[in-house]
Amino acid sequence: MSQTAKSVASMKPGEMGIIAGFTDDFLATKLMEMGCLPGASVRFNFAAPFGDPVCISVLGYELSLRLDEASTISILN
Amino acid sequence: MAASLKPIIALVGNPNSGKSSLFNHLTGLNQKVGNFPGVTVEKKSGFSQIDGLGNTEIIDLPGIYSIYPRSLDEQIVAEVLLNHNEPTSPQKIVVVVDATNMKRGLLLLTQIIDLGLPTVLAINMMDLAAKAGISYDFIKLSQKLGVDVIPINARKGEGIEQLKKAIATCDNRKNQTIYQLPQEAKEPILEVRQHLGLDNNYEAYQFLQQPKSLDFLSKENQKWLDEVRKRSGIHSGKFQGAETILRYSYIQDLLQSATLKTADDAWKKSSFKLDRILTHKVWGYLIFFVVLFLVFQSVFAWASYPMDFIDGLFADFGNWLSATLPDGALTKLLAEGIVPGLGGIVMFVPQIAILFAFISILEESGYMARVVFLMDKIMRKFGLNGKSVVPLLSGMACAIPAIMATRTIDNWKERTITILVTPLMSCSARIPIFTILIALIVPDTTAFYFFDLQGLALMGLYLLGFIAALVSAYIMKKIIRVQERSFLMMELPTYRLPKASNVGLTLVEKTKSFVLEAGKIILAISVVLWVLASYGPGDKLEKAEEYVMQETANMRLTEQGLQDRIAAYKLENSYAGVIGKAIEPVIKPLGYDWKIGIALLTSFAAREVFVGTMATIYSIGSVDSDDQQTIKSRMQSEINAETGEPRFTPAVGLSLLVFYTFAMQCMSTIAVVYRETKGWKWPMIQLAYMTTLAYVSAFIVFQIFS
Repeated sequence: MSQTAKSVASMKPGEMGIIAGFTDDFLATKLMEMGCLPGASVRFNFAAPFGDPVCISVLGYELSLRLDEASTISILN
Repeated sequence: MAASLKPIIALVGNPNSGKSSLFNHLTGLNQKVGNFPGVTVEKKSGFSQIDGLGNTEIIDLPGIYSIYPRSLDEQIVAEVLLNHNEPTSPQKIVVVVDATNMKRGLLLLTQIIDLGLPTVLAINMMDLAAKAGISYDFIKLSQKLGVDVIPINARKGEGIEQLKKAIATCDNRKNQTIYQLPQEAKEPILEVRQHLGLDNNYEAYQFLQQPKSLDFLSKENQKWLDEVRKRSGIHSGKFQGAETILRYSYIQDLLQSATLKTADDAWKKSSFKLDRILTHKVWGYLIFFVVLFLVFQSVFAWASYPMDFIDGLFADFGNWLSATLPDGALTKLLAEGIVPGLGGIVMFVPQIAILFAFISILEESGYMARVVFLMDKIMRKFGLNGKSVVPLLSGMACAIPAIMATRTIDNWKERTITILVTPLMSCSARIPIFTILIALIVPDTTAFYFFDLQGLALMGLYLLGFIAALVSAYIMKKIIRVQERSFLMMELPTYRLPKASNVGLTLVEKTKSFVLEAGKIILAISVVLWVLASYGPGDKLEKAEEYVMQETANMRLTEQGLQDRIAAYKLENSYAGVIGKAIEPVIKPLGYDWKIGIALLTSFAAREVFVGTMATIYSIGSVDSDDQQTIKSRMQSEINAETGEPRFTPAVGLSLLVFYTFAMQCMSTIAVVYRETKGWKWPMIQLAYMTTLAYVSAFIVFQIFS
């Protein structure tokens, strides 16, 4: 994976990042409603036992989402 | 909008915002579940005494994140909010937000404000906010938003009086607009407003954005809207992303000026620590299974005492009735038809109540969300969704609320499969059947000093149903070919102690509606069945005594023996006996005789009728003779005429247990699946596959064990 394509899915537990944008329009509107806004800070908390889904902190609360969805959120860090 | 004297108030808010706590506080035990007109959706409503308004109807709507729906649950709310010109639709809205999670809650609030309905903002969980060290300038918030802002603590009932006052006085005179609609949409919006007589721009805009939430409109109007959409290029979701960003930036500015103190996540530390254990790859699953195991052991152990008591009570009452009332058809109907039938329902109230209590505790505490999180990957392999866990678990209490709970699953295929397999989960209506059959064939002892053997057998049946559900789901996943994106976005709420009154009210509401729904069917069937069992074609029943006397003239029977013979002869020649005998060839390979056949037929409408039928069939003629007999001992003493052995051998018992584990046997479930899938296709498929599965499995089991 190239450096520009780092996504929430590739973050490590405890890692922080800033949301840069989305790679999927369909999911983007839903993710934004849930508070994953471009420019917002995101923290990767932990993954479920089989690595999927994952739990992140965004907008001051804990959100769980599937790895597929997490991989559409690109981050700067 | 016409000024109504008695406005209806709707509670709207995010899931986990404490909306239900507030609803319970406002309405107490004064709740009911009814239907919205036009929308085939049940509505949870209750009444609250509000100064200035009188006794006011409050509606609790499902939790949503945005007015743009993703799941069916959310679509229902959108529909109710958009269709606000019905006399029964809400005219005032209370938006409930979590004080520790304001931004996401305010997104919804800004949408509601734009819809133009009189709105009050209730900021809930002020206790948690205080603990976390968060505080807001409510006056500033109220000034900027143009709505009343009331801090509350719904769990403790703090701020409720102020909220009621605000509800009584709020109006929409300020008519604030937060989101400026896109320029391209202005003209079509005007057209929609004029054509449909709407008085609000954002509402008209939603009519263009949400073609699926407009079932209440006439077909012509829906078609007309389609044309406007096509002509203007304002299709659904077009500006939604931009709208969300604008709203959040408004909220950002708003909170910047109105927040007095923010907090870090320090107050969530203990919740994070719990998550480390409860979502751990070993401990997480282990704890989940221990929880399930405890639930079922306690359901079986705790409920057995009240159940035995109720069973005995109804038996005594039936005997007392037939002994006290004058002999006659009506007495017989009461003592042998209605009372045992009612006993059959009331008997499993303790079990259903305990199960609902546990499910409600798991949901209230926030643990259920973790179960969804733990199970999603596994469930997806079977064509299900992590959220399917909730319906599947609720299905162990009753399939009807369980199937309605699938509305939170946003993917059509996953939702349909969940609906199709949920009735395989052993519901509480199966418990009386299981309990009685297990008591007949499994000894009442403990293994390893601790495990109740009958409890283990019951758990085995639950497991069997669960495995069947997973396997069926897997097969359906392969058969149903639909390409639709599936996703899971769900809050993991902070853990909190479940509140007893919330658990209690959920339990009362669910048990009450179940008893009433099931009760009606069971009562009707008991009466029909009693008639079928008491009357027959021709005059054979009237001449029964004569005939049996003749037959047995030289047998030197006792009076008791003679009466039993007459009763048996009567039942055999009744309508029920005739029907039972007609289907005997079909069910003989499963080990059943025509008496069990009658029970199978009557329990086709509702499986819990099985026990009542057994009671009716075996009590006809012998109620007077044997005072203390309960259903179980009557079944135990039943003899197979062909072999002279007890009728309920282990093979027959097992075969029946397997049959009832898999068979659909529930009219109400068929009706609710019809309603939820909007057609006959899926309920019929479900009925066919489950009946086939039940028949074939019962056949195999009987052939192996006999």
